Amino acid sequence: MTVGATLETPSERASYLRAGYSLRSWLTTTDHKRIAVLYLYAITAFFFIGGIAAALIRLDLATPGGDLLSNEGYNRAFTLHGVVMVWFFLIPSIPATFGNFLIPLMIGAQDLAFPRINLASWYLYVLAGLFTLYALIAGGVDTGWTFYTPLSTLFANGYVAAALLAVIIVGFSSIFTGMNFIVTVHKLRCPGMTWSRLPLFVWSLYATAMILVLATPVLTMLLILVCIERLSGIGIFNPDLGGDPLLYQHLFWFYSHPAVYIMVLPAFGVLSELVTAAARKRIFGYWFIAYSSVAIAVIGFLVWGHHMFVAGESTYASAVFSFLSIAVAVPSGIKVYNWIATLYKGSISLDPAFLFAMGFIGLFVIGGLTGLMLAMLAVDVHVHDTYFVVAHFHYIMVGGAVTAFFGALHFWWPKITGRMYNITWGRITAALIFLGFNLTFFPQFILGYLGMPRRYHVYPPEFQVLHVLSSAGASILAVGYLLPLIYLLYSLRHGQPAGSNPWGATGLEWTVPSPPPKQNFAEMPVVTRPPYDYPIRDPMSRE
Amino acid sequence: MSDQPAAHSPYAEPAQQREADLLGMYIFLVTEIMLFGGFLTAVYVVRVLHPEEASSAAKHLNLWLGSLNTAVLLTSSLAMALAVQLSREGKLRATSAWLCLTVVLGLVFLAIKSVEYYQEYAEGLMPLSDGMRPLSKPGEQLFFNFYLVGTGLHALHLTIGIILVSGLTRRVAHSETPLPRRAVTVEIVGLYWHLVDVVWVFIYPIFYLAR
Repeated sequence: MTVGATLETPSERASYLRAGYSLRSWLTTTDHKRIAVLYLYAITAFFFIGGIAAALIRLDLATPGGDLLSNEGYNRAFTLHGVVMVWFFLIPSIPATFGNFLIPLMIGAQDLAFPRINLASWYLYVLAGLFTLYALIAGGVDTGWTFYTPLSTLFANGYVAAALLAVIIVGFSSIFTGMNFIVTVHKLRCPGMTWSRLPLFVWSLYATAMILVLATPVLTMLLILVCIERLSGIGIFNPDLGGDPLLYQHLFWFYSHPAVYIMVLPAFGVLSELVTAAARKRIFGYWFIAYSSVAIAVIGFLVWGHHMFVAGESTYASAVFSFLSIAVAVPSGIKVYNWIATLYKGSISLDPAFLFAMGFIGLFVIGGLTGLMLAMLAVDVHVHDTYFVVAHFHYIMVGGAVTAFFGALHFWWPKITGRMYNITWGRITAALIFLGFNLTFFPQFILGYLGMPRRYHVYPPEFQVLHVLSSAGASILAVGYLLPLIYLLYSLRHGQPAGSNPWGATGLEWTVPSPPPKQNFAEMPVVTRPPYDYPIRDPMSRE
Repeated sequence: MSDQPAAHSPYAEPAQQREADLLGMYIFLVTEIMLFGGFLTAVYVVRVLHPEEASSAAKHLNLWLGSLNTAVLLTSSLAMALAVQLSREGKLRATSAWLCLTVVLGLVFLAIKSVEYYQEYAEGLMPLSDGMRPLSKPGEQLFFNFYLVGTGLHALHLTIGIILVSGLTRRVAHSETPLPRRAVTVEIVGLYWHLVDVVWVFIYPIFYLAR
């Protein structure tokens, strides 16, 4: 089995990975670390399913005639891409994997507060995933990921109910995860781990969990209503009965705008860890970063109306939502300034995780500033439902959240697996993803400004140059996303043992062996020092 | 389960676990409030959009049975509250007796609700019933559909509650939930029961009373 592999280290023999080898020991585990690994498998699978849909979309858009897919097929491709990427990758991505793995380690706990509910949430995720796969194999859904009524209830042809059920079920998975995180952070911090010593990653996940718990049930209720109307024909939003499609949009975006912050707040948390470890310097403005996460969670609940500026909302409501949407950029801006101030005069090491972090800051700033443009009523009326919007939210979600996910993967991979991957390949990947991403999505800003509407696959020939640029960028991006699959998996067998603290970072998770033992801590840790207490006096070397 | 390591508890002491269990339940109740909150918002919007139709449709509901059901459900919450108090004092038989009454009252509620649904079906109010349709205006049928979905979801929650409390009664009676050490279990199930009750306290006026 292990020919040519690096020999097993003592810490690996005692680790959570070796506590039972059978499939059953994995599928019945209540260990937060193993559940995190289960999630990592599951979301990786869905990332590639969503990615294949994206590849089909970009391939189809390379020619103005829409030669690859039929109109129906194109609708189904972008709906699948949206549903899978939003609910089956982005929302669970960082919380369910790194949050699950790291929160107990970071706060000095043995596990999350409710280990069995944690496992149940994974099973719900998988069950929901099966519903999605059924909807996909049976013939797909063509409503767009937003399931707008009355299209979704009265007119759409695809397997809408299966997709709705999938999203309802995965919502319960989110709710359980959020509940678990909140209780864990409140009740399971080790002695000395005060709120002012909480790692900022935990702060951001705490804010995320608040959104998960408060916003998701509204979506659950809404989609249950749509499901009832779709399956039984009982009118709920049907305009013939006096139902109000705009009501659907209000309730939908009451969840789905905060959902953007479910995706990006954990990324902020990752950034705070990555930037500080790379700069080897105490973080600048700890409380500003911690409270800005909370502020984003709160204000994020009050901006949903900016999705309906042209949908029939009153001008007065639009003006208020416009103001609040601009206001929510302030705490995000605070974070970016703090990260940059942390780097100032730091002794920065250009590790792959840091390169991903820099990529994140660049892409997130572009995504955030175009978000401000879209928050302005006058601009939004012009570019609403164009590629400008598509480019904006991909800069936040892919350029931001996915890049941070890869940064987290490269930062904590040695902790999760105990093995070091090839640093050079990590750097190449970070550069490829940054370049590929910009080439894919920057042309879409221009396309949108010129008037290319979203969700169309037949377009005037003069847009073809920009579309081809975008598709070419997507192929580079695809290579960037596939490469880690190779060198990270290679490191499992052939990587050098990482040691407990390969990056010389602070934080309790780096005090335990890599990979961590099943019980996390041999004895209850006691925290006596402030967070991010750099420089470490005796940094462990990379050997 | 041979090769599965024993599940380890993340808690250092029982008091910590009790607090965590309670907090977990409170957070779950928050999600339920948001769930029904979203729904009641939608009902409110329908009432604002169609004030005349909503009130004429509400007049078709059986106010007497609805009020009787409100009384039944509030009384069941009283029984539940007494059970929680008695479980803290370790009174095993009294606790299971009051839990039993809670279940019975829950079942009575569902029975009365079924009678109501049957009457509404016979009257032609249900979206799928045949014959004469007294709800002719668009907003009226919409309001009734919301009533049907809202009370249906509430009945679903109540059914889950009845199953939970029945199981708890059995566990308490067989000392599988030791009292008063694990009285928090009774309290947690009780919190859920009260929430289902409180949801009805909102459903009742918005559908039955405002006519």
